[in-house]
Amino acid sequence: MAISSKKMNPYDEMMKGLWRDNPVFVQVLGMCPMLAVTNSAINAIAMGLATFFVLVGSSFLVSSLKRWIPKQVRISVYIVIIATFVTVVDYVLLATVPAIHKELGAFIPLIVANCLILGRQEAFASRYPVKLAVMDAIGMATGFLLAMFALGSVREILGEGKLFGVSLFGDNFEPWVIMILPPGGFITLGLLLLLFNWVGERKQAFIAQVAEAERGKA
Amino acid sequence: MDNLIWIFISALLVNNFVLAYFLGLCPFLGVSSKLETSFRLGLATTFVLIITALCSWFLNTYVLTHAPYLRLISFIVVIASTVQFIEMAIKKLSPALFQSLGIFLPLITTNCAILGLAIFATNRGYGLWEGLTFALGAGAGFTLAMVLMAGMREEAEIGSVPALVRGTAFNLIISGILSMAFMGFAGLFSST
Repeated sequence: MAISSKKMNPYDEMMKGLWRDNPVFVQVLGMCPMLAVTNSAINAIAMGLATFFVLVGSSFLVSSLKRWIPKQVRISVYIVIIATFVTVVDYVLLATVPAIHKELGAFIPLIVANCLILGRQEAFASRYPVKLAVMDAIGMATGFLLAMFALGSVREILGEGKLFGVSLFGDNFEPWVIMILPPGGFITLGLLLLLFNWVGERKQAFIAQVAEAERGKA
Repeated sequence: MDNLIWIFISALLVNNFVLAYFLGLCPFLGVSSKLETSFRLGLATTFVLIITALCSWFLNTYVLTHAPYLRLISFIVVIASTVQFIEMAIKKLSPALFQSLGIFLPLITTNCAILGLAIFATNRGYGLWEGLTFALGAGAGFTLAMVLMAGMREEAEIGSVPALVRGTAFNLIISGILSMAFMGFAGLFSST
């Protein structure tokens, strides 16, 4: 539980969630809400924002309370903290945007079971000071939000020919209904992961090439 | 009785927890590399689902009518601790059963299929028997999906899959195709 002695930069902690340690594409966490509610861009963003609030709130609380949480029951304490924030989000969404709340339905309470959130509490917030924990949570949650938006917009554009409900292609477009149904979610995420892997591999190859050239020069 | 059969078939095939609701994806993608393990995990999950149905019925009927805003917290705490107790009991009473199911039990509790079942059953207003049938169907559907997936992955191990595609991306695309096949079962309901 000791705080690491090496200097940690809050900015770096935030940026790592966006690409290098992206929770969805690299760590493959939080798949259930990821696939279930991304049939349109607006639902994806609503879910992403709800997760953002829960993750940042519980990281803040866990990190500030870490001295008083007994080690043996820490997981249960984290879950109760997370569940409290999720209940708050559930009621806030119900009061402010009932239409979206209805579409997301049972998946808002299921944010509790998102392994991304519990994972960050156990791996990060319980070990580092509040400032770093909050920055880490912001970065991870933004990475999650971006991935949700990527998946949601691809599925909505292909499945309905719309983005945020605005028609993009005119009347001649034949929508791929399958994309907004469950199989489309699996396949789109699979293809996005492939793209991510491919970019990563190209980058590795490029770095290796540069290193090779440097050695040749020396 | 008719109603119960439809609840079972719906949870098993048409609205399969994994392939239509995306619940329980972590074990589905993570643990499905061996047929044997997947089957045992499926059985253990079915067991926990049935316990969950009992717990959530009890909480909904006797406790949560007074404080509905505590639903989420009490579901999680009660289900997790019940499963812990049962795990201890199994360890004591039947070491053989513990060997085959026990190691999975604590992992399953944090699976979203478990909480999803409790929430769906509450939202649809299921009674005790309906809830139990729903749990049985969902468990059987989960086991079916796990076994199918593990079978395909074992075959794919031998096949010539490019290195770049191997891993989660490949599994997701297989699941997509499997999910498409399960969509065909939706026709079962239109005839009634």
